Amino acid sequence: MTNWAEKFRMASVYLFLGVMAFVSIFPFAWMVISSTNASVDVTKGKFTFGSALLENFEKLNKSFDVAQVFWNSGKIAIIGGFFTLLVSSMAGYGFEVFSSKARERLYNGLLLTLMVPFAALMIPLFILMAQFDLLDTHLAVILPVVASAYIVFYFRQSTKAFPPELREAARLDGLKEWQIFLFVYVPVMRSTYAAAFIIVFMAAWNNFLWPLIVLQSPELKTITLVLSSLGSAYFPDFGVIMLAAMLATLPTLVVFFAMQRQFVQGMLGSVK
Amino acid sequence: MAPKPTTSYRRFFDVNGWLFVSIALGLIGVFMAYPIVKSLWMSLHAGQGTVVEFVGTGNIVRLASDPVFLKALQNTCIFLVIQVPIMLLLALVMASCLNMPNLRFRGLLRTAVFLPCVTSLVAYSVVFKSMFSYDGLVNHALAWLGLIAEPIPWLNDPFWSKVVIIIAITWRWTGYNMIFYLAAMQNIDKSIYEAARIDGISAYRRFVSITIPNLKPVILFTTVTSTIGTLQLFDEPMNITTVGTVFSDNTLTLSMYIYNLSFKFVPNFGYAATVSYVIVLLVAALAAIQFYAARERN
Repeated sequence: MTNWAEKFRMASVYLFLGVMAFVSIFPFAWMVISSTNASVDVTKGKFTFGSALLENFEKLNKSFDVAQVFWNSGKIAIIGGFFTLLVSSMAGYGFEVFSSKARERLYNGLLLTLMVPFAALMIPLFILMAQFDLLDTHLAVILPVVASAYIVFYFRQSTKAFPPELREAARLDGLKEWQIFLFVYVPVMRSTYAAAFIIVFMAAWNNFLWPLIVLQSPELKTITLVLSSLGSAYFPDFGVIMLAAMLATLPTLVVFFAMQRQFVQGMLGSVK
Repeated sequence: MAPKPTTSYRRFFDVNGWLFVSIALGLIGVFMAYPIVKSLWMSLHAGQGTVVEFVGTGNIVRLASDPVFLKALQNTCIFLVIQVPIMLLLALVMASCLNMPNLRFRGLLRTAVFLPCVTSLVAYSVVFKSMFSYDGLVNHALAWLGLIAEPIPWLNDPFWSKVVIIIAITWRWTGYNMIFYLAAMQNIDKSIYEAARIDGISAYRRFVSITIPNLKPVILFTTVTSTIGTLQLFDEPMNITTVGTVFSDNTLTLSMYIYNLSFKFVPNFGYAATVSYVIVLLVAALAAIQFYAARERN
């Protein structure tokens, strides 16, 4: 009797999770299959691979220089990621290792900014960029990425696990503070850096609203802007859109599968 | 001679401490703190483009009689009230299923339900747009199953367009929240469950009396972050239910309205800033309520 109840329970768990997994994966399958079909077939709901992949790519490449768009998004995500890591890890290290009352207050103020939605920042930020004469440049997209209170918070949390003995030993060996940071802290914390990089990279790669506001020139546009403009056409070509969506998803998918553990670890870093 | 510095005095003037934090503080000051204060100041002004005048609370008065604002506020609240509870409940159930000790294919199932989290909001939005278009996959499937006689105008209908947005956000973020729950569940001491099982307490009771109370901080965290996220909703309605450059009123959100006011119509930055502070206030109020509720039950 109990055995049957238990079996029924497990069966419903598998059914539930199976349905959820199917629903989660289905749009990916649809995207990949549709990218090989012509727009008419996509709207018909054709669920088999077609032969229009190259044709879709040519159409996409005709309206946007695919390589250029990829380069733009990649440049923003990688440069943004690098400087965010540099600036935020220094700050996280500084706040934790050189804790003082004044800096603690500033740190709390910094955390408070996390609660403020981007919508409340974007207009003054836009005006600020205009004053700096940075509108329609990639730098305008990168700078707010680098000013990340969240990643500072993440590094401070992670620094709590950095053994103080290492720092003491390095000091006795005569290393200066910046040398300790660069040659002891950075190598020891490399998995923290990897996790933070993935978070920043994905956020910057997937960013939409801010690039939409500051970037105008076609040759500066990122992949999300291109995708959005393709999708908002009055007669959208769904085969081409699906291919573009696939190209936009591919890098983050690769990063995810290559570094699944660090990614999840990075996400959880904030609630530890 | 200056008096002998105390420890806290020395700490304040610790050059290294300031050096390490200064770049981040400078950048966050310029690109976060300053805009926050600036937009509060701007919200007291109104006018077109750069020609502005001080109106004090005039913008706030205007909000009350602005039908577009009220529509955007209403839509945003509908998304918030319906989507966040559904998603968090689903994430909680999924996490507790994945946490079962004798579950097979655990890694595979977990990866599958987490996968949506790596897609860009724009990419999955256009995929959903194609699936839910009038002659799209979903309508074909429903017709084939015999569930509908007429295709549903998913993207244009006032009711169904909201449903699509809710389905889309839930698809994208459930796995994300699930990971937090799963990690927290794995930190709960297994012996508590063991003891409860020996005492003959049902699985449902164990979930309500052991799992939920232990997850309270994480539930609070996910509720606050999901609330903030939904209040800022922009990418999905913009890319799923917008045709051409025409926003659909059915799914217009506060963020979209701010964007319209600033970059689509003749810019009225002051009024847009006022709308943006409505979001700030909503975030602050809801977060405060959620923190209070979580503390109260302890």
